[in-house]
Amino acid sequence: MCGIVGLFLKKDDKDNRLGAMLAEMLAVMSDRGPDSAGFAVYGAGDTARHKLTLRGPEGADWTALARGLEEKDLGPVDVVVRDTHAVLTVPAASVAAIRAALPALAPDVAVVGEGERMELYKEVGLPAEISARFGLADMRGTHGIGHTRMATESAVTTNGAHPFTTGLDQCLVHNGSLSNHNLLRRKLKREGIAIETENDSEVAAAYLTWRMREGDNLGEALEHALIDLDGFFTFVVGTESGFGVVRDPIACKPAVMAETEDYVAFASEYRALVGLPDIEKAHIFEPEPARVYFWERQ
Amino acid sequence: MPNVDLSTTPLRDLNAALHALAADTNETHWVVENPAGRHAIAVGVDVPVQIEINGHVGYYCAGMNDAASIVVNGNAGVGLAENMMSGMVHVKGDASQAAGATGHGGLLVIDGNASARCGISMKGINIVVKGSIGHMSAFMAQAGALVVLGDAGDALGDSIYEARLYVRGTVKSLGADCIEKPLREEHVEELKSLLAAAGVEDVAPDEFRRYGSARKLYNFHVDNVDAY
Amino acid sequence: MSKTDHVPHTVPRKSATFDDYTMSEIRRAAATGIYDIRGGGTKKKVPHFDDIQFLGASMSRYPLEGYREKCDTSVVLGARFAKKPIELKIPVTIAGMSFGSLSAQAKEALGRGASAMGTSTTTGDGGMTAEERGHSKTLVYQYLPSRYGMNLADLRKADAIEIVIGQGAKPGGGGMLLGQKISPRVAQMRTLPEGIDQRSACRHPDWTGPDDLEIKIEELRELTDWEKPIYVKVGAARPYYDTALAVKSGADVVVLDGMQGGTAATQEVFIENVGLPILAAIRPAVQALQDLGMHRKVQLIVSGGVRNGADVAKCLALGADAVSIGTAALIAIGDNDPALEAEYAKLGTTAGAYDDWHEGLDPAGITTQKPELASRLDPIKAGRRLANYLAVLTLECQTIARACGKSHVHNLEPEDLVALTVEAAAMAQVPLAGTSWIPGKNGY
Repeated sequence: MCGIVGLFLKKDDKDNRLGAMLAEMLAVMSDRGPDSAGFAVYGAGDTARHKLTLRGPEGADWTALARGLEEKDLGPVDVVVRDTHAVLTVPAASVAAIRAALPALAPDVAVVGEGERMELYKEVGLPAEISARFGLADMRGTHGIGHTRMATESAVTTNGAHPFTTGLDQCLVHNGSLSNHNLLRRKLKREGIAIETENDSEVAAAYLTWRMREGDNLGEALEHALIDLDGFFTFVVGTESGFGVVRDPIACKPAVMAETEDYVAFASEYRALVGLPDIEKAHIFEPEPARVYFWERQ
Repeated sequence: MPNVDLSTTPLRDLNAALHALAADTNETHWVVENPAGRHAIAVGVDVPVQIEINGHVGYYCAGMNDAASIVVNGNAGVGLAENMMSGMVHVKGDASQAAGATGHGGLLVIDGNASARCGISMKGINIVVKGSIGHMSAFMAQAGALVVLGDAGDALGDSIYEARLYVRGTVKSLGADCIEKPLREEHVEELKSLLAAAGVEDVAPDEFRRYGSARKLYNFHVDNVDAY
Repeated sequence: MSKTDHVPHTVPRKSATFDDYTMSEIRRAAATGIYDIRGGGTKKKVPHFDDIQFLGASMSRYPLEGYREKCDTSVVLGARFAKKPIELKIPVTIAGMSFGSLSAQAKEALGRGASAMGTSTTTGDGGMTAEERGHSKTLVYQYLPSRYGMNLADLRKADAIEIVIGQGAKPGGGGMLLGQKISPRVAQMRTLPEGIDQRSACRHPDWTGPDDLEIKIEELRELTDWEKPIYVKVGAARPYYDTALAVKSGADVVVLDGMQGGTAATQEVFIENVGLPILAAIRPAVQALQDLGMHRKVQLIVSGGVRNGADVAKCLALGADAVSIGTAALIAIGDNDPALEAEYAKLGTTAGAYDDWHEGLDPAGITTQKPELASRLDPIKAGRRLANYLAVLTLECQTIARACGKSHVHNLEPEDLVALTVEAAAMAQVPLAGTSWIPGKNGY
């Protein structure tokens, strides 16, 4: 049960305010989700170098970790630290080895997400505080999605916060409540998909990962989700090149979108869109139930 | 003419001021600026004043309205004019889900589209939507009329009681126990007056089809068990 | 062996699994094709307060003296946000039961009895009647998915608003009122055709989930200028999460109804097979309040099978702020009275088993809309009986609280309790009598 926001800029702009806009949208959704918040931002990227977003304990020595990886010839490793998270930019070819080496090198560190462009941050606390801690307002990028959480049946923890990553440069945020997630979790675990929490939304993310592993593209995976996931959901899914929206066939959970020549924005409530530029001229509409929507960079 | 700017005046103060009005107040025209999608704007007004809201509103705008005339120069969120008792609510843009839900009386006019569950459990309200309506509209509708100039989504009028539904465009599908019924003279008259009240001049009543209850679910019968 | 020797017969033996009742249900279902609909609550035995004992005072604790030393029973409900919280003299309220399911006389009797004792009554699905408002000093107005009879004027006449999400007898199900009871007045109040089988929705028409409920609560507060306490009522199913979410959505009071709670009419299969006994639901709900630092700030009212003052005291000791009674209140005013046995026999039942509340033929005049039956109930006398019964519940509860050394019934604690069975020990999270063992705690 939550608030969701998403923002996709259609044009390159010198004065890129993606992070600032997303931070404002996220803060407005605090009432819907006071327990935790998170966001993914798609910034500059490079196919040869991946960004690994890691989360560590307070005071984690990220420089030492980077040096440790370089000593194993897994570098070069660039580090940007933001509060409890650090983004390590590493050679794409080394990612698998780095993931394998991490538990021994830094047992308290968890991988939050991986992408050529995606950085992913989430923590427990009020949305506005979390945006400030991670410096969201200063981030630049083409698109981003965010989430504020009111925990329903799973714990208020950082692991239970959204977005959940579903694969390289892919993540998902959810508003609603799935009614068959325990059955699906067992099935997906048997299929070898890693699931860490008891959270229903993580199961949705894992389901998409599994469908795509089996050969679906993201659109097909979302179509299958409409058949296999039971309950109430509005999903916003981020990818390297854009974002998608899908609502269950009953569509009880709210969703409103605004589109102008410059951007497409999604929010659980119109209030979150109020501060966007030229919002009064935007085309404002609600995504239809059981229909997969997608916006992509040209 | 009181002018209330919600970017500086708390919502609670606006609603409290509206609730404090006497029926014979001279402050009969209120303007509300910067609604910015806030919820519960101008709810529970029980005196015949005009309220004009300039911008988009959030959930439950004009909820339980009883006598006021409320105009929204923008879009409305979930539950617009829910449980309206009397008066008029007019939205110039689109309305979200459950517009006019459980309304007992009055007239709700939506110039744009209304999304899912428009007129759900309506109990006597009249609703005119100039655009189209979403799925499960008029679910369990009990009384009143829903007039749609555009199209209707899936499962229109599911489990309907005695409300009257008029749709000019296509109906994607009818819900359980909802059937097309003949448009008789009294329905033409009702349409004429509702269209006129909503300011629609270029549409003829005979362009509409009427839908209502087959009354097969009124008493439980095992043969209808799929519909329960 | 001579031919006169007697061969012993096996005594005819009936199946425990397919007992007489079960077989009669199968035959009835086969004949009609319709599930059984009935009123009342669960009839099967479930772990309950009978399996819990108070420890009482001894050498290490001192009791309060008889009726002389004060033992306060007052309760304040809704001070979290409401400008006008509710102040009750006793910790027992009357649960929501609709005009429609009950006769106007029965509603009046409930109002008279509760008001005499300084406590509240609750409307039900189907709106507020003038009789009910007039005879209830403190009236809680239920806000249900159907919104039958819901209107602005009555909303503002209420002393508190109870948003009903679920009911103990049928968590996740909507109400039913069969045609026999849709009288002209009931039909008019609910905007329904007369005599139809009314179907009620199980989900609210204009919100779903706690994030939207928060906005609905804000609207109800704005509609009533933040004066009235807002209760949220849930059926006991996932009490920890439901309580936590009600608090996060901004409720002043959480009402938690166990599976023994009654209902006007629903499917027997629902009554018997969905939901938790109230004994198992109180501790998780209290835990949620404590985890959020809201215990005693957001009040918890529990219901479902409360019968006597000991039950009341046990609910309070487990952490509730007050209890609600429904079935017990109806019995107090005359439901299932053996004095009416001949008439129950005519209906094919017996006093104490009558549960066809939906059929509207109640000889006691309580669960009916037939004027000739309803007029049998004298609301003044019936109201007096309810007041007497509420007084006894309160005195009994005080007696136990004093014996545990408490000058306010809210000072009862789980540590004052032990359980007689392992099941009750696990559900109430109190030690098995004579041991320090709480199943499921401390690694056991």
